[in-house]
Amino acid sequence: MSQAFTKEVARNIFYGGTAFFFLLFLALTFDTHLELPKRDNRQVLDPSTELGQKIAAGKMLWEENNCLGCHTLLGEGAYYAPELGNVYVRYNNSTMGIMAFIKSRPKDGIPGRRSMPQFNFTDEELEAIAEFLKYVSGIDTNDWPPNIQG
Amino acid sequence: MKYQSQKVAMPYFVAALALFVVQILFGLIIGAQYVIGDFLFPEIPFNIARMVHTNTLIVWLLMGFMGAAYYLIPEEAETELHSPLLAIVTFWVFLVAAGLTIAGYLLLPYARLAELTGNQYWPTMGREFLEQPTITKIGIVVVVLAFLYNLGMTILKGRKTVVGIVLMLGLIGLAVFFLFAFYNPVNLVKDKFWWWWTVHLWVEGVWELILGAMLAFILIKTTGVDREIVEKWLYVIIALALITGIIGTGHHYYWIGTPTYWLWWGSIFSALEPLPFFLMAVFAFQMINKRRRNHPNKVAMLWALGCAVMAFLGAGVWGFMHTLAPVNYYTHGSQITAAHGHLAFYGAYVMINLAIISYAVPIMRGREANGAKAQRVEMWGFWLMAIGMILITLLLTAAGVLQVYLQRYTDAPMSFMVVQDKIALFYWLRLYSGLMFFVGLLFYLYSFFIPGETKASDMEPVKRISEADSTPATANA
Ligand code: HEC
Ligand code: HEM
Ligand code: HEM
Ligand SMILES: [Fe+2]
Repeated sequence: MSQAFTKEVARNIFYGGTAFFFLLFLALTFDTHLELPKRDNRQVLDPSTELGQKIAAGKMLWEENNCLGCHTLLGEGAYYAPELGNVYVRYNNSTMGIMAFIKSRPKDGIPGRRSMPQFNFTDEELEAIAEFLKYVSGIDTNDWPPNIQG
Repeated sequence: MKYQSQKVAMPYFVAALALFVVQILFGLIIGAQYVIGDFLFPEIPFNIARMVHTNTLIVWLLMGFMGAAYYLIPEEAETELHSPLLAIVTFWVFLVAAGLTIAGYLLLPYARLAELTGNQYWPTMGREFLEQPTITKIGIVVVVLAFLYNLGMTILKGRKTVVGIVLMLGLIGLAVFFLFAFYNPVNLVKDKFWWWWTVHLWVEGVWELILGAMLAFILIKTTGVDREIVEKWLYVIIALALITGIIGTGHHYYWIGTPTYWLWWGSIFSALEPLPFFLMAVFAFQMINKRRRNHPNKVAMLWALGCAVMAFLGAGVWGFMHTLAPVNYYTHGSQITAAHGHLAFYGAYVMINLAIISYAVPIMRGREANGAKAQRVEMWGFWLMAIGMILITLLLTAAGVLQVYLQRYTDAPMSFMVVQDKIALFYWLRLYSGLMFFVGLLFYLYSFFIPGETKASDMEPVKRISEADSTPATANA
């Protein structure tokens, strides 16, 4: 590297560049949060409604059973089992189908096939999870995934 | 070793390598579950084994960074560590917390672990890489704060070099961005948005400072190149890393409910993210070409050089492959992601840790470098692991291309499970490559038990090519 480009110049580019682009990132973050209400399906989340409470409980169950350790949700997670961000649509817009699937997993798995555990959820819990997955399918994801298979 | 207290690095390195072995064993388990679906089911379901695989990875990398910092900072600051005792106490706290957490994963249903640790009062569990119970996360914060305090006090009373300062900045950033792990709103879009502030701003942000500083340290020590030159390179590399990487976070904001403008911001900035990795590779080659002496620890230099090259391939090339929004639309959350995740983590953060361990452990044991036989065995470990990982990456890439085509691109898309069946051959081959990787790891570990020493006086002096290079090397630049 040339003589005019000294270590001090490089250092200033580092501190200045980092500060500038971090501030720009903060501005974009701020704007994103202003835009989100139009896209993130938050109207169903209102905690003063029964539906809102159910979805919150569903998300908690989703996390406390580590569903993301096998599945992707909006393309993030593990790649061992089907994408679930659009499973509500894949199941013909039916929460019943989702509930039935989760409920019917055999305790010892299916011989030779990748298996999903039997979680022994109550009907109330199943409904909460299904409502959570329905809520996720209503998020505006710029048309991802490309098709129904996820 | 110039300062007695640098020795506190030793337990960190030993624990890191032990956890590395656990990580790979569980990698092999989930690799097997990919093709033998009911393997170990329902005793160890895939999600649990995967969690052990990824969480031991993160913990051992952190252990390695801490060991590296305890070794490197006193030497850079030219003073003893502020409190060796604190370093040992935090080591045990960290190791016991990690051990208990992993035992909890394996011995209890995850939901039970969540209940026992009071997850409902402050839910942070069940998100990828951040599966640890909230109290474990708090434990990590406490350990990291004690660690930063200890190093900070050491630097304050000693010499402040660029390498030391950049390392500290990286470690402080690591602590700051980990705090976003504690924010988990019900709104899934916000949850995901801020989750990436920990995950992306770690590996494509502040960890690159840690990587750059560790690489610079090893190169200064082994090549004897003038510090001024190394420091200028280091500033340029980390400047590019943060200038591209911060807004590059946008490559994760395409399809999770965030505004459409991120398709542009994310694509443009993240397309530039390979630059710092490219420079790192050029830097490593240049420093070794300009070396003023032949260091007796040849294999440590091989690790440093290999790290820079593999990080460029894994992060730079494999990252670029799927980072533009129109490509990522098809590859998002597929085996392409897994291929990239493996090579990038291995090349950048696993290899830099193996490099510093390879350099520092012989010195801490009173040798300038390991003997010729030990270095030969370690080189076998290097190549077996490198080739094993490259094979894993290529096989997952092939699996990913087929998956994307069959499931997302053709006119008659097939379901996820059907496609997985069709590409099972690649998963089998990935499993065998994983075994090869594991054998390489055993070679690496075994090499430390082989006696013998190589001394600087055993080495040929560097042949001078031009007059400019001919200033004599100082013993320890
Ligand atoms: C150990 C891995 C594992 C875990 C953990 C897991 N699943 Fe699954 N899941 C699977 C597999 C494998 C399939 C595909 C089963 C099949 O097709 O036979 C599946 C399928 C599904 C399906 C049907 C998807 C479709 O397109 O047909 C739903 C819905 C589902 N899982 C929900 C959940 C929920 C909710 C949780 C958490 C409470 C969860 N899963 C946890 C492995 C897992
Ligand atoms: C040092 C070496 C390794 C590193 C750094 C590493 C790292 C990782 C990371 C970061 C993930 C999460 C991936 C993602 O979300 O995209 C992962 C998942 C995984 N790894 Fe590894 N790994 C290593 C070795 C192995 C080996 C040897 C095997 C098996 C042969 C293996 C098998 C797997 C599997 C099956 C997954 C789960 C993929 C999924 O989500 O479906 N890994 N690993
Ligand atoms: C050493 C540095 C890096 C590491 C350790 C790393 C690791 C990872 C991991 C583990 C994931 C999967 C995350 C998940 O589970 O969802 C990921 C995703 C991704 N990475 Fe990297 N990465 C690095 C650098 C880069 C670079 C430089 C680029 C771009 C040029 C890049 C582009 C991407 C993209 C686009 C994704 C999203 C994949 C998807 O849509 O599924 N990465 N990275
Ligand atoms: Fe990223």
